Amino acid sequence: MSHSYDRGLVEDFGRWREFTAGMWAWIFHKFTGWILVGYLFTHIAVLSTAIPGAAGETVNDVNVYTYTIQELESLLLVRVMEVGLLAVAVFHILNGIRLLMVDLGIGLDAQDRSFYLSLVLTAVIAVASVPTFLEGML
Amino acid sequence: MSTQEQEPATQEQEPPETESPGDRRRAEKQRRLAADRQAEAEAATTTDEETVLLKVFRYDPEVEDKQEPRFDDFHVPYEDGMTVLDALIYARDTFDSSLTFRHSCRQAICGSDALFVNGSQRLACKTQLSDLDAPVRVEPLPHQDVVKDLVVDMEHFYDQMHAVEPYFQSDDLPEGDLEEQRQSRENREKVKMSTRCIWCGACTSSCNIAAGDNQYLGPAAINKAYRFTMDEREADKKEHRLRILEQEHGVWRCQTQFSCTEVCPKDIPLTEHIQELKREAVKKNLKFW
Repeated sequence: MSHSYDRGLVEDFGRWREFTAGMWAWIFHKFTGWILVGYLFTHIAVLSTAIPGAAGETVNDVNVYTYTIQELESLLLVRVMEVGLLAVAVFHILNGIRLLMVDLGIGLDAQDRSFYLSLVLTAVIAVASVPTFLEGML
Repeated sequence: MSTQEQEPATQEQEPPETESPGDRRRAEKQRRLAADRQAEAEAATTTDEETVLLKVFRYDPEVEDKQEPRFDDFHVPYEDGMTVLDALIYARDTFDSSLTFRHSCRQAICGSDALFVNGSQRLACKTQLSDLDAPVRVEPLPHQDVVKDLVVDMEHFYDQMHAVEPYFQSDDLPEGDLEEQRQSRENREKVKMSTRCIWCGACTSSCNIAAGDNQYLGPAAINKAYRFTMDEREADKKEHRLRILEQEHGVWRCQTQFSCTEVCPKDIPLTEHIQELKREAVKKNLKFW
């Protein structure tokens, strides 16, 4: 077709108001998946400080691994990000269960409600975790 | 609307050299009709009866001032039970005869008027204006090239549909020329919803996997394949059909966004059918004995 006009994708985020529940679930699932992959790498970076720690290396007379953890946990930003990480992981797990049900052909009529349910559960669990994660910070 | 307004002017400038009484009468009639249309159009926009504002996508590579896509406003007088298609027909007949869109049966059977209305793929003839928020935004189907105004190039969609061999092809025919190929009631119920497809292309247009992967069969074609794969009268061809579907760009590209199921004007549970075919494909290949 030489005489045609390509409008490009309409899924650009300018149209986010028109997205349906299933589309949001798909976007959130991808997004949380990427965050979890990114977290795994930073997690490995922190854990790797335990290797010299096992040989007895210390900073300020504290084991280097313990020191790293204590320093990180003393930052408010890290505590807040931990709540966020929990929320991301919980949503990914719950939506993963939802997708498993979809793959098994169970409750496809309720797919939008199960997405909303996983959002609500995620919010509840994240809020409930705040006192634990922010203990001693506020 | 500028393309239409110019027409009467050019007609008046070029009267036929030798004017017969018939020509004069016809010209006179033309002028009267044009005046009537004009009056009707003005009446529709000026009177304070209830109107619906339609914003319609316009594009025509062959007309100079339509080469740049734009939206035209049409104020259509509202009637009870008016559909988007009714409003478009009114706009075309009253305001701008160059407004182009496909339609035929007007009762959700022919599948030619699937449009992108207020951000969702719908059949224009099946969508009540009263169900929509004003202004009603009418665009051609996304992910297909626009030929003119609301008309898109459906060729790729038809290629996808034909790729799954959408016809009955059992070799296992009953004896005797006039013998029927019987199907059980249960099996009929199983494929019932999938037979409703009218090839309108709304689902494939809504699928953003199909948008990014031109080789992906798309929900409509997979649903068509489901209709034959699950038909017990064609049991001997089931493996052949699954071989088409289980390819990399077959059923496995579906990521269960439910966009297709959401927009299907015939309420076909497309995602359910795709998921069932995925399970069939696994069952065919995964054997522990």
